[in-house]
Amino acid sequence: MSVITHHIPDAMLTAYAVGNLPQPFAFVVASHVSLCQQCRASLEAHQAMGGVVLETTDVVAISNDLKFNTLSQLDAPFTPAPIYDRSGVFPGPVVKALKGQPPRWKTLGMGVRQHILTADNEGSLRLLYIPSGKAVPEHGHNGLELTLILQGSFHDEVGHFGVGDVEIGDVDLAHTPIADAGDPCICLAATDAPLRFKSLVPRLLQPLFRI
Amino acid sequence: MHLRIYYMMKAILDIPFTLPLAPAVTRYERKLLPNTKIKVSEQTVWMLAVRDDRDRNAFADLFDYFAPRLKGFIIKTGVSGAQAEEIVQDVMLTVWRKSAQFDPHRAQVSAWIYQIARNRQIDLIRKYNRPLPEELIESPGTESDAGQMLAMDQEAQHLKQALSKLNESQRHVIEKAYMGELTHQQISDQTGLPLGTIKSRIRLGLERLRAELKGLR
Repeated sequence: MSVITHHIPDAMLTAYAVGNLPQPFAFVVASHVSLCQQCRASLEAHQAMGGVVLETTDVVAISNDLKFNTLSQLDAPFTPAPIYDRSGVFPGPVVKALKGQPPRWKTLGMGVRQHILTADNEGSLRLLYIPSGKAVPEHGHNGLELTLILQGSFHDEVGHFGVGDVEIGDVDLAHTPIADAGDPCICLAATDAPLRFKSLVPRLLQPLFRI
Repeated sequence: MHLRIYYMMKAILDIPFTLPLAPAVTRYERKLLPNTKIKVSEQTVWMLAVRDDRDRNAFADLFDYFAPRLKGFIIKTGVSGAQAEEIVQDVMLTVWRKSAQFDPHRAQVSAWIYQIARNRQIDLIRKYNRPLPEELIESPGTESDAGQMLAMDQEAQHLKQALSKLNESQRHVIEKAYMGELTHQQISDQTGLPLGTIKSRIRLGLERLRAELKGLR
């Protein structure tokens, strides 16, 4: 059992609590909070503050039939949203992004594989599979990149990251994550802009792989 | 300017909020009052009656208290009155249906309802349901802890007082942030809300679930 040492910054937890984080990052935060009691407590503190704002808001009178309509629906049948439980190394929010299916890995070369979960104008969310000793090609970022470790560990120019840790890459960080010995490293990576690769070949492949 | 707001809020909100859980009484007085119940807020009492007894009258009380606040809150985020009422209804029905998820050891009722309301609003804006952390649900038979529940209510009360002591523009920044009107970047720039005391109180609430949390990792 590894101890989580790299957490979600507080401003990002606030943005998540109030619902203002791009979707790919929201998945990473929800997944990390599922694994990290410390960040869950911080998130719930923001919810407590939100509750205070709600309670102290000026009241606006509701129309006469709203209460009656609501009470009359208490017994109405409803379909609860599906709940995705943790599956293996994947926390519930990742299982949700996978729609309950196992990942279908596509090779990126050098033994590195990925499964793209979402890719749209808000950014991309994908799972990465890095065999021990292998590296994700050195890259910089046009925007922000969050990487949550789900299995194994990696190290790069910044430090060492184990299960539950989150690495935050911004425009100033160019890094080459290398998976440590042991289990292959599986991570959840989110960006709000395409990555910038340094060498020509991955750059040419980039549109193809949508990374 | 931003930094100044931060430090003003820090100065105001970061006061140590510790109150004794039980009133300071002598042993003799305690003996005389063996059945004195610790008073949690009436919202918590209503919510527990809804959760544990499916009490419709308690739900009606919750509705009377929260529906006009929810409507005011939702309208402030720029939604029309009619649509706001639809959202209020959705939120209150969710309160009824998901009441098993309410844990008074970790949240005051308004915090729980706030999150339901934000989730609903975000899901309406986006096509995709927003990702939420795994739920931690108390296993049956876990003893409830009245002292922790009361302390949670008190912490929320302290936050409320702290917010009311801010000046108009400071309060406005916080309201905007929690209504979802500031971007992540704007939040990083200006609202470093120090929520240390309530955070440690919530951690105590989470500790109660430690056995299950261990199983999760």
